[in-house]
Amino acid sequence: MTETPPSVVIEGLSKRFDGPDGKPFEAIDNMSLTIRPGTLAAFVGPDGSGKTTLMRMMAGLLQPDDGSLHVLGIDLAEDPQAVQNRISYMPQRFGLYEDLSVQENLDLYADLHGVPQDVRSERFSRLLAMTDLAHFTGRPAGKLSGGMKQKLGLACTLVRVPDLLLLDEPSVGVDPLSRRDLWEIIKQLIAEEGLSVIVSTAYMDEAGRCDHVFVLNGGRLLAEGTPADLTARAKGLTYVVTPQDGVPARNLQARLIDAPDLVVDAVPAGGRVHFIRQPDSDEARLHALLPDCDPQPRKEELEDAFMLLLHQQDTPGQDASTPPPLASQEIHGPTNGHGEGPVILVRDLVRRFGDFTAVANTSFDVARGEIFGLLGPNGAGKTTTFRMLCGLLPATSGELQVAGVNLRTARSAARARIGYVAQKFALYSNLTVYENLDFFGGAYGLRGARRRKRVEEIICQFELDPSAQSGNLPLGYKQRLAMAAGLLHEPEILFLDEPTSGIDPLARRAFWRTITALAQAGVTVVVTTHFMEEAEYCDRIAIQDAGRLLAIGTPQQVREESGLEGGHMNEAFIAIVEKARAEEGQAQEAA
Amino acid sequence: MGSFIANLAQIIALCRKEIVALLKDPANRVILVGPALIQSMLFGYAATFDLKYVPYAVLDQSHSAASTDFLSHLEGTGIFRREATLANPHQIGQVIEEGRVLMVVSIPTDFADRLAMGRRAPVQIILDGRNSTTAGAAAGYVNAVTTSFNEARGVASPVTVVRRAWFNPNLDSRWQIMPAMIATLSMLQTLLLAALSVAREREQGTFDQLLVTPLTPLQILVGKAVPSVLVGVMQSTIVLLIVRFWFEIPMAGSLWLFYLGLFSFTGASVGIGMSISALSLNMQQAMLYTFLVIMPLTLLSGLITPVRNMPEVLQVLTYVNPLRFGVDLVRRVYLEGAGLLDVAPDFLPLVVVAGVTLPLAAWLFRHRLA
Repeated sequence: MTETPPSVVIEGLSKRFDGPDGKPFEAIDNMSLTIRPGTLAAFVGPDGSGKTTLMRMMAGLLQPDDGSLHVLGIDLAEDPQAVQNRISYMPQRFGLYEDLSVQENLDLYADLHGVPQDVRSERFSRLLAMTDLAHFTGRPAGKLSGGMKQKLGLACTLVRVPDLLLLDEPSVGVDPLSRRDLWEIIKQLIAEEGLSVIVSTAYMDEAGRCDHVFVLNGGRLLAEGTPADLTARAKGLTYVVTPQDGVPARNLQARLIDAPDLVVDAVPAGGRVHFIRQPDSDEARLHALLPDCDPQPRKEELEDAFMLLLHQQDTPGQDASTPPPLASQEIHGPTNGHGEGPVILVRDLVRRFGDFTAVANTSFDVARGEIFGLLGPNGAGKTTTFRMLCGLLPATSGELQVAGVNLRTARSAARARIGYVAQKFALYSNLTVYENLDFFGGAYGLRGARRRKRVEEIICQFELDPSAQSGNLPLGYKQRLAMAAGLLHEPEILFLDEPTSGIDPLARRAFWRTITALAQAGVTVVVTTHFMEEAEYCDRIAIQDAGRLLAIGTPQQVREESGLEGGHMNEAFIAIVEKARAEEGQAQEAA
Repeated sequence: MGSFIANLAQIIALCRKEIVALLKDPANRVILVGPALIQSMLFGYAATFDLKYVPYAVLDQSHSAASTDFLSHLEGTGIFRREATLANPHQIGQVIEEGRVLMVVSIPTDFADRLAMGRRAPVQIILDGRNSTTAGAAAGYVNAVTTSFNEARGVASPVTVVRRAWFNPNLDSRWQIMPAMIATLSMLQTLLLAALSVAREREQGTFDQLLVTPLTPLQILVGKAVPSVLVGVMQSTIVLLIVRFWFEIPMAGSLWLFYLGLFSFTGASVGIGMSISALSLNMQQAMLYTFLVIMPLTLLSGLITPVRNMPEVLQVLTYVNPLRFGVDLVRRVYLEGAGLLDVAPDFLPLVVVAGVTLPLAAWLFRHRLA
């Protein structure tokens, strides 16, 4: 066999963009790396680390400002078309034609790529079988679920056999089940067709499946190596600690994460806390931080190494997008209403859209001061449930009480007692921080001196700059502002819709630290998330699929119910949803 | 009382937010004043039916003192300018077709003889009917010239018509169009502004954030409608000032009645805009619907073509068109000096349209959910 050139050779590559505030920033900063042919390589890094920019440059869609870029041995600057003829690129949001059927989309992409008619039928049937879409060829792409769309996107990318496949965050916004299927397909492709694949991802478990991992942050290459090599960096620094009885794991986690000179990172997991100590931390002080607890060493994982790498690079104050976490004593609890009984009461809640049942007969309670998580695959009905709880969507039938007020009869009164933080930044971008808060204060009925005082208080609590234009804030601060707006009127319940989607792990830690502080101050928090590990921060979680409530309880109870005690929440979730789907299938067969 | 003040304070907070958000954007600030200013200037100068210049050609087969006299009467008006002198009738088709002239005056060979004999002496004019309005006006001028020619020859017809045009003595079409523009121009913008107000918030996700506050749909409606109405009336004021002081068209009616009319009319326009907005899921839809609506609203308003001349079905349709009554109200108060009693019937449809569309929009806020 002749010498195959490396898939990608990058030397001194740079790319600059203009930021939202008009200042240029380096999306890719003097980066050099080589990717061997025939491997599965991964770029991992937080949002804004340069993954997508790098992918787009490799696909010849963006011109680098500096440096050279060879793909499959060809200089992209000289002959981008020659490279594009031999690679396939799937962008984060693949351009499916939503009104065309699955088959028509495939045909269209085959036409665009000039795939000969005689090979099409065989190729299509293979792709459809692989993606499990064979039964849906007549369905419009717009009517597919998020996971199915992503699989169709992959199939359309693969209508011809490329020499190199570029996948930009193929699993973003895809639920755990579809995510697992997607990786099965990629593995199958590599095994059967000997493809070289480069994938970018924010999920560490996905990076762990690759041959070679490049860790990016802030446009620079932090580290590279096999997953095992990288994982070894965290060797000897990883521990697990069990909190005392009756103490929520997240409180212990909060204490650990508040000591950044001793602890790199801490996350709740299965009722215990996983943490990474600083390599040069003082043993005695660490023990002082954990009185009456006995930290045990634990096997290091890729995620640990990743967090270690990110923290080592981030000197304080350098990364403006991640605000420092807030301390608990600064946050005020709710001042209105400290009644007894559940703060949210849901009985036989149903929501139908036409003849489609989005939420079927759902009942649950949320206790005062609880962090309650709603989990589920895309289209499971969690957003619909959530919107009904906030009063954004009327229920078809059933009882719905929020903060002791019936949401079906006294919506305005109920709304005065809840705070809401939307998934996307949903404050007025062209107003300043102060103007936004002043407006929402007014909308919540705060007036005059009381409003001014409250707005100043919350600006102070959340460490915001009142004169900054909201739309130009870094992501982490935008979310902080959204939370501040949601908490202005000191609500009893705070609703958070997918608060951590699209923000990097460091910002997510900081965000959950704030939530923990809120819960300690007595605010009830209802949160939806598709990051299964975040269920560990919740007191109780509910898992929904196809509109039905499958499991409810503490993360530990749910894990036990799945029969996978001690496993990752991700696996427990998959087991529960699959079990329910299998039972559903049996019931239908029996009927 | 306390709850009323609390209610009002919430609405004021929303109004303030709307106005601040509107004024913050430099592009918006320009849009608030620029188009009203430029469009009223454009309409004032460009949109006129008055003929000030008629190019024409002559085919004088009479070659007599009488024909020269007739033509000099024509040229004496200062409106007719001879572009060509034709030698034979075959050339007529060509000059008209090319659009070089609007009209050809053809004087037959026996013109002078017939005049001398005291018989009828026909003069033929051939008009470019592709623009019927200007052709008709040109023919009218020629008639007037002929009458004066006859009088100069001492042949006056026994019946004479003496014309007095009330409210617009010179029948200047600018007088007809410009006051109507005070309503029309501002409607284009208020409609769009109102249509975008909710659609923009829906698209950017801020509408959900607004709906979870204790604000009731009614409060949101008022908070959003008031700034739009204010902007609309402000734009009308800009046009009014230009009409009154730049084009110097005298205003006959009372200012308070004029503004009462403007507020009712703008309220109805905002109602339509808000309904469009509440119905649309994003800004693109809102804009599309607005443009779909604006065309028929303008056509069926009587701005250019009188409503009386429309087929009856369309005449009935015009009752839901606020612009029809807005234009009528503004024109009558401005030019005629009509009083409240005279224009009272115009208010009714405006109030009804606002009374239906505004509550409809408020209802749609919560019930139009994707």
